[in-house]
Amino acid sequence: MNADASCLNSSTASNAVPRERDMNMNKEASPPVIEVTDLYKSFDGVHAVDGISFSVPAGQTVALLGGNGAGKTTTISMLLGLLSPTRGEVRVLGARMPDERHKVLGCMNFSSPYVDLPKRLKVWENLTIYAHLYGVRDVKGRIAELSEDLELSNFIGRPFGDLSAGQMTRVALAKSLLNAPKLMLMDEPTASLDPDTGDWVRSYLERYRERTGATILLASHNMSEVERLAHNVLMMRAGQIVDQGAPTDLIQRHGRDNLEQVFLDIARGTTSGKKGAAA
Amino acid sequence: MNDLQTPPPIPSDVCVPQPAFSPRRVLALMLRHLYVLRRSWPRLLELMYWPLVQMVLWGFVTKFFLGHSTWVAEAAGVLISAVLLWDVLFRANLGVALPFIEEMWSRNLAQLFVSPLRDAELITALILMSLVRTLISVTPAAFLAMPFYDVWVFELGLSLLPFFANLLIFGAVIGITVAALILRFGLGAESLCWLGIFLLAPVSAIYYPVSALPEWLQWVSLSLPSAHTFEGMRGVLFDGVFAWDHFFWAAGLNAVLLSAATVFFLHMMKMARVKGLLMQQGE
Repeated sequence: MNADASCLNSSTASNAVPRERDMNMNKEASPPVIEVTDLYKSFDGVHAVDGISFSVPAGQTVALLGGNGAGKTTTISMLLGLLSPTRGEVRVLGARMPDERHKVLGCMNFSSPYVDLPKRLKVWENLTIYAHLYGVRDVKGRIAELSEDLELSNFIGRPFGDLSAGQMTRVALAKSLLNAPKLMLMDEPTASLDPDTGDWVRSYLERYRERTGATILLASHNMSEVERLAHNVLMMRAGQIVDQGAPTDLIQRHGRDNLEQVFLDIARGTTSGKKGAAA
Repeated sequence: MNDLQTPPPIPSDVCVPQPAFSPRRVLALMLRHLYVLRRSWPRLLELMYWPLVQMVLWGFVTKFFLGHSTWVAEAAGVLISAVLLWDVLFRANLGVALPFIEEMWSRNLAQLFVSPLRDAELITALILMSLVRTLISVTPAAFLAMPFYDVWVFELGLSLLPFFANLLIFGAVIGITVAALILRFGLGAESLCWLGIFLLAPVSAIYYPVSALPEWLQWVSLSLPSAHTFEGMRGVLFDGVFAWDHFFWAAGLNAVLLSAATVFFLHMMKMARVKGLLMQQGE
């Protein structure tokens, strides 16, 4: 059988990256994990994504921030190969999406509260199926590890549909970690979670990135989450990147006290912002 | 929750190169549906229920016709065999379309399509699940026809296998086409699962020979693998002869139609990627 070898060429696998707010430090060391160039997506003449360009270096956490309809989920869908761009180019781990997606889908993973796992299946059954789909060699061992790490053991034998929102999020997180991905795409990873569970998930993601050197791209409405996790923020409005930078830089540049105020400025168009250049 | 102070090691063998076609991924997708089937007795019952009801109904019709119809009297098993083989076709269609719809109902489609699963593996898994569901469905009815009506459908002998295979593949062709249309037009089109197959039933010559149809419809009928298969079945039951010409026509038409259905499905997948349908599936 033919095997795609591109995954192994990525340099994101094992280099743990120290927590470092300056993205440019890492940029020189390795090629970008995500490279988006002049990307457009239109639906019936409406521009959902309107000419964005950015890149995400290895080992960084980058947040897409914007109001509803800003184009975050559309952008993530194109990064995952679920959506074809109208124009422009998306490269993930070196592969052009969606045409070359099968070269890299085994090395990345995805989590979103808007996409489910089969509710009738038990947690361990769901994880077993996806472990096989991702080619995990020691399926039982990996599920046991994740079960311990994410504390799933109390409900691993229960149907997914019977779980609380927090438990479902942990299972979705376990599914997205089955293949120890080099790139995680997370659409609102802590939506609808209580503060304690949300904080736990954020801590977990932080630690996971630190110890594996994985790259994380997350879309979020939660400003404290973004401030805490992200090295860089891409502020989106009406399909465009209207500003970007480290959270502290954005706060300083806009003369505000926190990221939420910056977000409101940009969402309401009360500051002009700068249209994005490559990160 | 864990304090995250002692993180477990990350296994080094999990992010590995993926083969272009993986039987393991096919089995993984089958496993997803087998897990549901194995502990859902209502689903298993539903699978077996209709073929049994059909068999009982047509068994009594056969008993009546045995005394009133010389055609049926010449081959007592012709109606019951037709009923059971029709169910093979019907269940094979549902066996492909329903598991696909189930992924949409459970909003699992996007998860599958961001995994390394290939389109060809998805189609293969759906066809194999169709085989499993069809066997579960028609086997009890086939065995019960013997004590109930003294009809042993296996008297078709080895010829049963090519009939079964041709109907299974044609059912899968219809199922793949329906799945592609549902992918494109959403769950509002799910009734196509049932409508599509019943549209073909009158011209499939299940209970009567193709010659019973008006001449112009005979051409439509003979363009379907199902009509050739049922003609072949009658050839065995009435004349004791396996009609190779009907078999080759059915197999050839199946090869063409399966290729066309696969191309159509892949085209609809491409359309779904353009229109953003893969992220929006679900009720």
